[in-house]
Amino acid sequence: MSGQSTLAAKIRERRKKLRESLADTSRETEGSDMELTPRTNGFPESGMHGDDDETALSSSREAYDDLIEAQKLIDDLEERRAETKKELEQSLKESDKPKPSKRTKLKPITPKAEETPKIEDEATKDEKPKKKKKARIKKEPKDETEEAKEEEAEPTEKPEEDKKLMSAEEAVLAVAAGTAGSSSPAPANLNQSIRDRLRKKMSQMKEKAEEEKKEDDEKEPGKVVTGKPPPRRLRGMRGRQLATRFDEPMSDDEKKLHESIAAKTMWQKARKALKKKESAMPSEEEAFDFFVKVFDKEPDLPSVPPTGEPEAGPSEEREESAKEKEKKEEKEKDEEEKPVEDAKEDEPLLSDYFVDLEEWKTQPYSVNRAQYTPYQKVVDREAKVYFRPSVASVPENDKIPEERQPRYLEDEGFYVGVRPPVERRNVNIEENRLLMREDKGRKWFGDDGRIIALPDPLKDQPTRPPVIEPEDIDVFLQTDYKKAYVVDFDSRFIDGLGETYGSYQIDVDINSIIFSHHSLFSKEHVLAAKLQQLYSQYLMRSQKDATTFLTDKLRALKEAVAHLKKQMDAQMKDLNSSFAQDQMTRYQDYKYEIRQTRKSRDTEMHYDRQLLKNILKAWKEIKALRESQGCINTAVKLSVRKEETDKDEDMTQWKRDIDEEISEAREEYEETFNENMSRYNLAKAEYDRQKKIKDAIKKRKKRRRPKRQGSRENLTDRTSDTGGESQTEDDEDAIPEPQKPAYEFNEQEAREKIKSKAQQIMRKPGEPKLYPELTNAAVITPTHNCPKAEQSRRRDQQKCQCYVRILFNNKEVSRTSVKTLTSDFTVHFGDIFNIQIVQWPESIRLEVYENGSFSDTMLAEVYAAIPEPQVTTSNVQIEELDFSSDQKVSYGHEGVGSGYTFKIGDENLAQEYTLLTSGCLLASVAWGVGDDGTVLVPPISQTAGTALGSVKQFDALSAIGATGMVDTEKLAKWISESRLDPNDPANAALLHLIKHVSGDDKKMPVYFRLEQLQQEFNFVTDEELEKSKRFKLIELREKEIPEFRNYSLIPIREKDVTDDIFEEYEKKKKAERDLQVGDDKDPHRAAVAKFLSKVREQVMTRFRAAQHQFTLQDVIAEEPVPNITLLSANLLKLAEPRRPLKPVRKERKVVTAQSLGQTEVKILVNIERAFDVPVRKEALTLTELEAAGGVNSDSVTVRPFVECVFQRHTKQTSVAEGPNPNWSEELSLPFKPPNNDYSSASLQTCKDLVYLNLFDEVVVDMLEDDRARATNIHQRLERKWLGSLKIPFSTVYFQGQIEGNFRLQAPRVLLGYQRAGPMENTTTQYGQGKRDTDNTYLQLFITIEPALSTPEPVKEKFDTTEDEKLLNFAENYQMQFEKKHPKRDILTTVMDINGKSVFVTRYFKALKPPAELLSAESNPLKQAELIARFVSLIPFVSDSVVFPGMCDIWSTCDQFLQMLQGDEEEHAVLLCNYFLHLGKKAWLLIGSAIPEGSTTYVLTREADNNFLIWNPSTGEHYPQYDNFCRLKSVGCLINQENIWANIQLNEEPYRIDFDVTKSNMWRPLFTKTFSNPNLTSVQVDELRYYQTDKGYVSDLTDKIEKKLREKLMEWRPRHITRFNRYCTQVFRNLLRKLEENRGNAAIMEHKSELEQVMGSYTMSGFPLNLTYTEMAPIVDAVYSTGVHVNESTDVEFALAVHIHPYPNNILSVWVYIAAVSRKR
Amino acid sequence: MASGSTVFLVMMNGQIETGDFPGFDDDLYVKFNYVYGPDWVMTAGLEEGTSQTSRKSKDDLGRYVWNFPLDVTFKSTNPYGWPQVVVNVHGQDVYGTAVVRGYGAVHVPISPGRHVRIIPLYVPESSSHFQKFTSWLMSRRPEYRDHNTVARGEGREVTRVRSQGSIRVTFNVVTRDMKKLGYDVIPSTLSIPSTATTAAMAANPKPGAAAAAVPTANVPTSTS
Repeated sequence: MSGQSTLAAKIRERRKKLRESLADTSRETEGSDMELTPRTNGFPESGMHGDDDETALSSSREAYDDLIEAQKLIDDLEERRAETKKELEQSLKESDKPKPSKRTKLKPITPKAEETPKIEDEATKDEKPKKKKKARIKKEPKDETEEAKEEEAEPTEKPEEDKKLMSAEEAVLAVAAGTAGSSSPAPANLNQSIRDRLRKKMSQMKEKAEEEKKEDDEKEPGKVVTGKPPPRRLRGMRGRQLATRFDEPMSDDEKKLHESIAAKTMWQKARKALKKKESAMPSEEEAFDFFVKVFDKEPDLPSVPPTGEPEAGPSEEREESAKEKEKKEEKEKDEEEKPVEDAKEDEPLLSDYFVDLEEWKTQPYSVNRAQYTPYQKVVDREAKVYFRPSVASVPENDKIPEERQPRYLEDEGFYVGVRPPVERRNVNIEENRLLMREDKGRKWFGDDGRIIALPDPLKDQPTRPPVIEPEDIDVFLQTDYKKAYVVDFDSRFIDGLGETYGSYQIDVDINSIIFSHHSLFSKEHVLAAKLQQLYSQYLMRSQKDATTFLTDKLRALKEAVAHLKKQMDAQMKDLNSSFAQDQMTRYQDYKYEIRQTRKSRDTEMHYDRQLLKNILKAWKEIKALRESQGCINTAVKLSVRKEETDKDEDMTQWKRDIDEEISEAREEYEETFNENMSRYNLAKAEYDRQKKIKDAIKKRKKRRRPKRQGSRENLTDRTSDTGGESQTEDDEDAIPEPQKPAYEFNEQEAREKIKSKAQQIMRKPGEPKLYPELTNAAVITPTHNCPKAEQSRRRDQQKCQCYVRILFNNKEVSRTSVKTLTSDFTVHFGDIFNIQIVQWPESIRLEVYENGSFSDTMLAEVYAAIPEPQVTTSNVQIEELDFSSDQKVSYGHEGVGSGYTFKIGDENLAQEYTLLTSGCLLASVAWGVGDDGTVLVPPISQTAGTALGSVKQFDALSAIGATGMVDTEKLAKWISESRLDPNDPANAALLHLIKHVSGDDKKMPVYFRLEQLQQEFNFVTDEELEKSKRFKLIELREKEIPEFRNYSLIPIREKDVTDDIFEEYEKKKKAERDLQVGDDKDPHRAAVAKFLSKVREQVMTRFRAAQHQFTLQDVIAEEPVPNITLLSANLLKLAEPRRPLKPVRKERKVVTAQSLGQTEVKILVNIERAFDVPVRKEALTLTELEAAGGVNSDSVTVRPFVECVFQRHTKQTSVAEGPNPNWSEELSLPFKPPNNDYSSASLQTCKDLVYLNLFDEVVVDMLEDDRARATNIHQRLERKWLGSLKIPFSTVYFQGQIEGNFRLQAPRVLLGYQRAGPMENTTTQYGQGKRDTDNTYLQLFITIEPALSTPEPVKEKFDTTEDEKLLNFAENYQMQFEKKHPKRDILTTVMDINGKSVFVTRYFKALKPPAELLSAESNPLKQAELIARFVSLIPFVSDSVVFPGMCDIWSTCDQFLQMLQGDEEEHAVLLCNYFLHLGKKAWLLIGSAIPEGSTTYVLTREADNNFLIWNPSTGEHYPQYDNFCRLKSVGCLINQENIWANIQLNEEPYRIDFDVTKSNMWRPLFTKTFSNPNLTSVQVDELRYYQTDKGYVSDLTDKIEKKLREKLMEWRPRHITRFNRYCTQVFRNLLRKLEENRGNAAIMEHKSELEQVMGSYTMSGFPLNLTYTEMAPIVDAVYSTGVHVNESTDVEFALAVHIHPYPNNILSVWVYIAAVSRKR
Repeated sequence: MASGSTVFLVMMNGQIETGDFPGFDDDLYVKFNYVYGPDWVMTAGLEEGTSQTSRKSKDDLGRYVWNFPLDVTFKSTNPYGWPQVVVNVHGQDVYGTAVVRGYGAVHVPISPGRHVRIIPLYVPESSSHFQKFTSWLMSRRPEYRDHNTVARGEGREVTRVRSQGSIRVTFNVVTRDMKKLGYDVIPSTLSIPSTATTAAMAANPKPGAAAAAVPTANVPTSTS
């Protein structure tokens, strides 16, 4: 401790020196410090991690040199090793043991192998360490001080550590040097290993270095610097190893230490370097160190330099170091020489710093015992300083000054906002805090003792919608800012039509509302209001003072009268009549006036008095009420001023008044009396005169009765008098005796009356005059003194708030602020609203609202008048706008409510009131005044008139009224006045109208047109349109007239349109128009045709409209929603065999008409085979012969082929052989739709038939010469017609495909052919059913390719007269059935010819067939057959042809017979009805058959309980079990009783039971639950029949025959057609017979007839039986047989026609045609 | 015939240039055909055709380029039913089934010259969501039974469609004899009928005669 002062001095000195050196280099240090730090830091680092190869290589050479030197050293110093070893070992152990980690850390940095590199390093790095040191100087002092402290024995860790570090480092250094010097000392295995490695390394290095040395020598000095790394790397590696090994216990601190060491090593080294160079010449510092440092720990350090002395390296090093020193000294000198400017910058800082520190350090201080203050003491002391506000609430008295009472503004009616919510506790704390202040926080507390707070500024709801980040908004949704712009006002506004814009302003001043009644009125208020009202009335009256005025007037009048009277009296003498009269009238007038005035004065006075009384009464009531309720609610106070009067004076006045009045009354009375008297006198005179006459009459009569009775007697006597003075009430015609008026003015009475009146209306004499005076001086009882009910009323009243909405032209423009109702029930607003208007003011409405708890209620709406232009803000007066509300309110408290009855007063004297809220709004409306004083009023010219002016301008109706609209002149005037905008389209109609009126004297058109401009838009005039053929063509095409529907390229020029285009159409039209009777048509049929065509036209138009209605399915092809059935069907498809043994025809895709386009439609006829074709007779005979011979030859018996004709296209199959041929051929025929229109509408009208004719091809050998037979073949092919089949196209179309065995329609007699007879195989095939041997069957399949879409049945709900219930029931029934059996047909209602739905059972009724049919046959079956034939002869026309697109139309039987055409159902119904008449059990059978498809048959039950199925259109009948029956399925049975639906498993007629009573097989419509309502039949009671005209028939026969002959010749243009007369004759006879036998002529009969002919001729021919409609079908039928196709030269034809007439023009046409050729 | 011509001719050539179908990546091709009224006859050219299949361009525009030429000549006597080009674009959906990607139609421009038309296309929508799903699943989108429906107004009210892409078509139109036959379609030489009418009406108060006096009164009109 003694050396402290010296030490300090030393340190100071040293520091100074350093400072100087620092000042010198400070400039450089700024830059170099930075780069040095990393380098020096990297110095140990690089050693640890190993350097990159480059440095390793470059440095390897130096290392080599070093090593060589080291080797030398080792050798040289071997001897010295022994001495130093001991010391080294010792030191090493010391430093190793206590701080192994330190050592390991240091290891890498310590240059261990040789001295030289280290020294060199120091040498080369001459400047750097120094700089470093200088740079580090800032830090250093601390360390040094620490070092100094070390001396002072302050046992702080760090300095000690540092020192140890240093010592250890030096020790290691020494060791390294030592080991390097000694070759194999190995005191510890550590050193051993080091050496071993070194050696190893050395040898490697040597090799390397030698190579490199040659390459570059000049770099040596520079390389030396970098030459350190290789050994260092080695060291580093080793160091690492050691580190891990030794470091384990202290791994935690490793990092820290490492860092600190790394930082320190640098300057340690620098210091070392310094030390080294100073070692030669110990400096002051060294000397200092000598004393300061603990040298015993590093004993080698001073000893090392001497050891290296003799060596070259060290010597060199020393030299170098000496040089360095010189340099340094030079530098230092320079520094000293140089002004210390630079250093000065840092000087004060550092010096201060150190001085301070030093001074602090030098201060002596002592260490005392730790002080402890007891906790309680602390608490106490704290309590003195701290204040902890308590959470307890503060009593109110503390918060307000003592002298004051807390005041609650809210209770007093002031508006106090909602305070922000603060927790009570916090409030209390704050209050307590405030109370702590000197002023006790006075100004922080309000009057109510609470902290003053602003109303809660937070709103419950956000006032702005949440705005997402602007970037987040969709770009398209982002808004752009656009400046607002003013749109031009249209004419609806004040400134219309581009005139100058002005600003117009209406100022609405809402002053206040005064309620005259309010629901919150207390009773007292009611009375007060009443009082006030009375008082105001009183005031008004007293102001007017009518009484005084009238009294004065009365006086004046009286005076006038008196004056007049005087005058009159004066002029009495003159008796100037006219003047007197005048005077008199004036007098009278005055008198009257007086009376009137008095009367009114009396009432006025009475009223005044009454008013006064009422006021007083009301006041009394108020007082009483106030008393009773114990508080005062209103401020009203009535004080009555009494004016004492002199009683006497009053009395005299009073009396005088009365007297006056009495005299007046008397006068009046007298006057009236006089008047009466004079009247009496007159009457009396008259009466007397009459009486006299009467008396005279009476005298003649007997006088039995007294006069009184006499008068009664006179009831009958008209002229008699009713005499007698004492008169009675006489109602009779006779003049009653006038009563003499008595003067009975009772003065007393009058006086009394007047007096009482006066008493009533006038102040009594002596009574003081009372002047009530109403003031608001009463003191209202404070709320808390009031009863509870009143208190709550007042609270309510305080809550009640009102505001006024201002609506301008029914649009809200503004509203006043919400104001609270004051205690006197007024609301003061005092708001003035300036309404800038652009529209004409129409209304200004003020709506008074009262705030409610949920919604505001509108009390009333008041209309303010629109101010006159001169009324401006400057001169306007506040108006009182009264309002009242019908709102009904009642309260539980004192408030009387409104609209409810309440009572005021005592129980017995209670007065009932029912008051409604009412009041007046004080407001004013005026035109605003601009800043410059101009009145902002719109132009007066336009406002002139009422407020509706603006409307009037636009609405003619409102302006001139509805009647004005009719009066055109008035309208015109209005239009001219209102200055309508002629360009406004809305006005076009009016202007057009007025064009005719105004302007010139043109008359108005007498019509009114909606589209006046239509004419202008017409392309051409109507006449022209009619005239032009082209337009007509276009028009017709547009109308889709069939002929023109698909007409294309209508010529562009009128003249190109040829007339013949229309010819056909016109003809048709004409034919329709005129009832054209063709040569082959009878008038009846023509009429029918016309009727039908009309119906068809209607139907067509309806249908056309329907056709243009599209459904989604028509337009869009969309996959149906898959359902289970569809899916399962698809799945099943997968499982089905690829090539089934019995393939089923697949459904084809239906093609719609639209997509058909130009593709060709074909009819495919697949002809499979035929059964039982007739065979040639000759051949048969041959076979018969052969058969007789026992050999069944297969010689040719017949060579049939089928020819198919459709639309004049013919296709035929190949020729097959034998009676049961098999063709299996497909014929395809082109189809051309009518008018080339493929739409379903036109397709179904196609009437074409598919003819299938079966022919036999006959080869006629024409070879004349038998000799040539061997070489020549001369044959002719002839075809013989065997039968035909007609299938309408419509059937194919609707069915889609037709398949099955069809019976050929073959004539019963085929000349030259005969049946081969029943074939065994077929018989067995079809079972035991009775085989009709007479028929040939053709198996075929017909379809259309591609499949055409069929029209959807029109699902319209037709009109009906049927019972709705029944229809629903039937529909339900039908639906149920159809669900179960979708393929079976059923119907319940049908459409009749009027298009109405009719219940089907109505069609059935027994109808009598023509009598001749009944009489013709006796056999019931025959009879039935005849009737069926009759029915079948009625031509068959399908409904779909007649009424395309419609469902079947069922005509009644009489209609059917009249029209003579119909389809299955008409035939069936008629047949059924006939059968019913015959007493058969008959049903209409609805089912499907081939080829017709769904059709109607008739079922009858015969006597033997067998069922027969009748085909009504052919007249055929089948037994139930006939296999060849064309009916294939049965849907239901219908007759007049019921409908039976087939619910059996099967539907084929031969497999079902027709017993309809079996309910498990037939489900009836009408059951017990819903019995048949006995519908009346639509059929007529009796059909009328008439005989067909025989003459007509014979004519027709001839006509047909002639026509056919002509046609036959026409068809054979290349040949002569000869007719065989004889045969014709024979045929004619035969035909007659055929008809008689209903076509079932026996062949035998034929044979006999034709025997002669057949002998010499070969004949091929047949009879045809046809129904008759027109000629054409007959011709077609004949043509189709192909009889004419006979090329034989010698052929002759035989043709016979026979018509059998049936009643009602039903004709059976027979044609017998045959080709006859002579036998050779 | 004195004037010689009884028909007027409209010759149109052009190209179906490009298509823009955002959201579709499948290869598309265009089918086109013409729809025209009864008074029109095609005298030369393809009445309908199918373009090559085009792939979407890889640039930003993502266009389908077809550059499919149209060349057709019509003969007509009546402007009623002026021809329209009906285009429908077909592509393949994810299952590789051919589906329609758009229908569209546009009238052939009536005035001579070059015209560019961008035809917005659309496809029918399924009638329900479920059907939409099933149609997607079974790749049987709803289609028009008759693709010419898009050229007609009739029956469209029952359909619902969704817009889907557009197609750009250029037309070069040449007409012949139209003016001769009274149809003036060139804007520059177009006489305004109303002025003529009013002038004529002013000259002749009788309305019927006025119409007759108008030189264009003989122009055949079309009814529609």
